[in-house]
Amino acid sequence: MQNKTPPVKLSIIGFGAVGQGVAALVQKVPQLKVVAVADSKGVALMPDLEDVLARKKAGQPIANSDLTALDVIRTVAHDVVVEVTPTNVVDGEPGLTHVREALRSRRNVVTSNKGPLVVAFNELNKLARASGVALRYEATVGGAMPIINLIRDTLVGTRVLDIRGVLNGTCNYILTRMVEEGLDYDQVLSEAQDMGIAEADPTYDVTGIDTACKVVILANAFFGRKITFKDINVVGIERITLDALQLARQRGYVVKLIGDVKELSVSPKLISVRHPLNVSGTLNAASILTETAGEITVTGKGAGSVETASAVLGDVLSIIQQRH
Amino acid sequence: MRISMDLELRDTPGQLMHVLAPISNLGGNVTSILHHHDKKTARNTVPVSLVFEMDEQKLEELQQKLDENDVLIVRMGKMRLRTKTHVLLIGHIIHTDLRETIDAIDGTGFAEVQDLSLSMPAIDSPSSAFVTIMATGVEELKQSVEILKDIAQRKDLHVIEPIDDRGVAGG
Repeated sequence: MQNKTPPVKLSIIGFGAVGQGVAALVQKVPQLKVVAVADSKGVALMPDLEDVLARKKAGQPIANSDLTALDVIRTVAHDVVVEVTPTNVVDGEPGLTHVREALRSRRNVVTSNKGPLVVAFNELNKLARASGVALRYEATVGGAMPIINLIRDTLVGTRVLDIRGVLNGTCNYILTRMVEEGLDYDQVLSEAQDMGIAEADPTYDVTGIDTACKVVILANAFFGRKITFKDINVVGIERITLDALQLARQRGYVVKLIGDVKELSVSPKLISVRHPLNVSGTLNAASILTETAGEITVTGKGAGSVETASAVLGDVLSIIQQRH
Repeated sequence: MRISMDLELRDTPGQLMHVLAPISNLGGNVTSILHHHDKKTARNTVPVSLVFEMDEQKLEELQQKLDENDVLIVRMGKMRLRTKTHVLLIGHIIHTDLRETIDAIDGTGFAEVQDLSLSMPAIDSPSSAFVTIMATGVEELKQSVEILKDIAQRKDLHVIEPIDDRGVAGG
């Protein structure tokens, strides 16, 4: 954009992998200006992004002010709050308060944080409408894989009947790797932990909670549901044996942890190796069953700093485009 | 050969013996009997569905005997299993009486376990099985998987079902 319109101002609330990815990408977009970056310890106002990124990597504090993240959201003049603090599915905090306050302050919100949406999806959407601002959350489901905006913007001409998919890269990595390498569950899990693909406490991923959160978000967004995590029937992958995967593979089947939005369920399912949802490694995939367009399947990277940040940036830019 | 037969019996006690005795006398083995008491006909008869194994050569003789016993044969044929699905089971499959688990499906009269591959590791570790079930129709297949799931829940076996086939390639 070469015109003289002033840059759009953002705050980045949360400075983990995704927040840092956003900061790195935003540097290359002249129409965006970051007015504040907040991590769990403090706030850098009017930051030099290169500098805060370097400090964060070196383990140094980034704060240059006494403000809190909430102060920034409430008082510093800006257009878009990028809320990328870690997901907390129990009470949605601290993200929920951040998002709520941002919307009340009539700021647009872009988030990759599932917590607030899982806990208070309908409340937050109502609040956004009442304030006349946008709440965008493409990055919450499938990372860089387009699904939410794809359904909302591109598939507007047809009715969506069901969405189901492989929505957790950690589980998919474990299941793929077990059968490809002939390793048992515990071996692959610790390998995944070493590689940073699985958390030290893998419960959130392997018991299906993360996938269930994504099902909640999709069900609320596209099926008019008013559900939370408790409404999903969840089975994880912890009981799956190498033997079972190998028996299935010999017959041309693989096991994938499938989230089904219509059924409100998460469970391991047998699928043919030729099935479009048979993606390997940490990839995500989703099949959208539509009334008149048949079945549409997308696949892409479900996690990763820059990948997820690209989905966040996409939401920010689409809000700006809609305004002009 | 596996035969399925739909009959109508008069709604008086002891009628079933007129059916079972001749089958037994001809060396047949009954797998399943379903009494449709709720579907009583206008003729005051009760429909009964029967599945049994019998030498094909003896079928004609069986029909004669049933005729003599005043049993109405509505339909008779080889049981055709048209639909198929696969299910994975994980857990203590053997210790929890595998035979009973299979019999529960075979005993329905509309479905059977066609194939079962079993993998047994160390004695205390859970076993895994890939089970192929065939049934006479789509509904029957669903019903037989539900039966299997009920048993599995009781025996603390983990069931992995196939993804619902929506006609996708390779589904």
